[in-house]
Amino acid sequence: MTHLTKLLGASAALAISAGAALADPAIIYDLGGKFDKSFNESAFNGATMWADETGGSFAEVELQSDAQREQALRRFAEAGNNPIVMAGFSFETPLNEIAPDYPDTTFVIIDAVVDQPNVRSVIFNEHEGSYLVGVLAAMASETDTVGFVGGMDIPLIRKFACGYAQGVMATNPDATVVANMIGTTPEAWNDPAKASELTLAQISQDADVVYAAAGGSGLGVLQTAADEDIYGIGVDSNQNYLHPGQVLTSMVKQVDTAVYNAFSQGEDLETGLMVMGIENEGVGYAMDDNNADLISEEMMTAVDEAAAAINAGDIMVHDYTSDESCPAIDF
Amino acid sequence: MNRMPTWADVILVPLVSLLLAAFFSAIVLLAIGENPWEALKLMVEGSVGSTYAWGYTLYYATNFIFTGLAVAVANHAKLFNIGAEGQAQLGGLGVALVCLFLPFPHWSIALIVAICAGALFGAAWAAIPAFLQAKRGSHIVITTIMFNFIANALLVYLLVNVLKPSGTMEPATASFPDAAHLPSFNAMFSSEETVRFRGAPANVSFFVAVAACIGVWALIWRTRLGYQLRAFGHSESAARYAGISPTKIIMVAMLISGGLAGCMAINNVMGEAERLVLNSVEGAGFIGIAVALMGRSHPFGVFLAALLFGFLYQGGAELALWASIPREMIVVIQALVILFTGALDNMVRAPIERIFNRVGRPPKPERKLEPAE
Repeated sequence: MTHLTKLLGASAALAISAGAALADPAIIYDLGGKFDKSFNESAFNGATMWADETGGSFAEVELQSDAQREQALRRFAEAGNNPIVMAGFSFETPLNEIAPDYPDTTFVIIDAVVDQPNVRSVIFNEHEGSYLVGVLAAMASETDTVGFVGGMDIPLIRKFACGYAQGVMATNPDATVVANMIGTTPEAWNDPAKASELTLAQISQDADVVYAAAGGSGLGVLQTAADEDIYGIGVDSNQNYLHPGQVLTSMVKQVDTAVYNAFSQGEDLETGLMVMGIENEGVGYAMDDNNADLISEEMMTAVDEAAAAINAGDIMVHDYTSDESCPAIDF
Repeated sequence: MNRMPTWADVILVPLVSLLLAAFFSAIVLLAIGENPWEALKLMVEGSVGSTYAWGYTLYYATNFIFTGLAVAVANHAKLFNIGAEGQAQLGGLGVALVCLFLPFPHWSIALIVAICAGALFGAAWAAIPAFLQAKRGSHIVITTIMFNFIANALLVYLLVNVLKPSGTMEPATASFPDAAHLPSFNAMFSSEETVRFRGAPANVSFFVAVAACIGVWALIWRTRLGYQLRAFGHSESAARYAGISPTKIIMVAMLISGGLAGCMAINNVMGEAERLVLNSVEGAGFIGIAVALMGRSHPFGVFLAALLFGFLYQGGAELALWASIPREMIVVIQALVILFTGALDNMVRAPIERIFNRVGRPPKPERKLEPAE
């Protein structure tokens, strides 16, 4: 995958390098800030990866307020930045208004779908990736109880939880999934202390594997899991290295690849809907030296079978956001 | 005692404070390897250099005027309302409900109804802590801040489970119908030849905010209720002795305060986003505390302080867009300005007073300004 993207990226970069100085790409991070150790940082890494490889430069901004979404989009478009990548579903409404005003600019939105001729919408099948780590969690659990800690109770996080619960239940129908959300304000994405408390509470309910989908707060989950000698599961980027031997795996979501590809393809990138799933390695579970001993042969076979079945369409992982309900867990 | 001529008090002291803030900000910028002069130019041009820039500055200022007034009114009765954040969120809910579910023939009617709805919801949210303070003595600081979290939780629940149109990812209501869209400055002030305030969110609610300033001034200094409010604020026992009911004053002050905070929603929810999003207030309720303190709880002071904060917000945004200054540094610069103009006011005032005294020209006896604490 990485080799392929590098190859593709290099050739694309060569093709556009002549005009690149005129139209630097731009990226807009969401309110979480670019160093959130999670979603935005992954987008930043993708952009940096592109800049390091091509020697190009890009414009970027971290938003402080919702009112700045439209402002940043318009200002970058007027300054000639192209393409303009934005990380986060909150751009859906402003982009819908702005995209027709700048028909010569190409926009890329991550995590939402905007149906305009000059917009590429990149969405991730987080439910599929979460299903896979759910399979691993169910097999690793000895108490038949696994936990889920989400950041804020929004549809996106329910999508993670729902896929995870389905993976767990499909593997072990007797299992219990304990799910909690950290908070009701955006601080919930950056509250490792409370995440840690919730993890302790879930451990007291017998959970011995806890999956964190909570941005920066997830670090608290993984830390507590390591301290209490149970397994944590990381999210978004590969977080296995944080506590080697205690992080069962990570549900990786290749936001960096999405940004990297968009930047590499430059202003001529293909617009339309782009779904990043298991098939094109947009989502998946992370394996490396840090968790090699935790995943047995049997688990490996099971999770690979599940992945293949999802690809083949034999397993349909229910997407919470499609109808706002989940067969495996109640919210 | 204040021996300074008025011009020194009103212009010189804030100016020196601002210069000091700029000086220390410059040091910070130099330390991270940025050019402070360029940064200043970006900030000033980006926030007051064009109608577009003013459009953003005034938009932020409108938010801060409402929340600043909310804190100021409560402050006159010595009630520290730090719940403007939650009250403004509930105001947003009220505005969103009427905009979504009532068919309006014209925006002006929508605006009036939305003001009522926002004020009603904000006031209702302030009423519970006020009642607890008046009847049970539960401290208003504790209860209002806790109500901020309850408001947040309520909004998350409503937006995720009730008000969100199905199929969308973002926890937000649908966009309001066209009839409920407020005219922006762009629509109001652009002529056919020149486009002004292009793409800027400032809208007609700025004038509502200015009217609210005048209204609050009249209320506090020109009505019996305002007198009772101030009397209660200065001394509860004296007010009680004079026959003023503490329960009534606490309730009324907090209802007005919450209502003003709730009115902020006509700007950010109805005027800008045209739908209700999660966390729509974005800390304006807390900024309101700084605005009220800096404005000495006087509506005119609140207005000026809100403008300054609008400048800082919009200037900061432009800085973030065009300079490679991390946003945490922008917060540092904003904080330095607040620190010097608001909190460290006396540090500048005292030496300047001394200089004026030493220079020794006996200043003309001046008319005493309206006490505005």
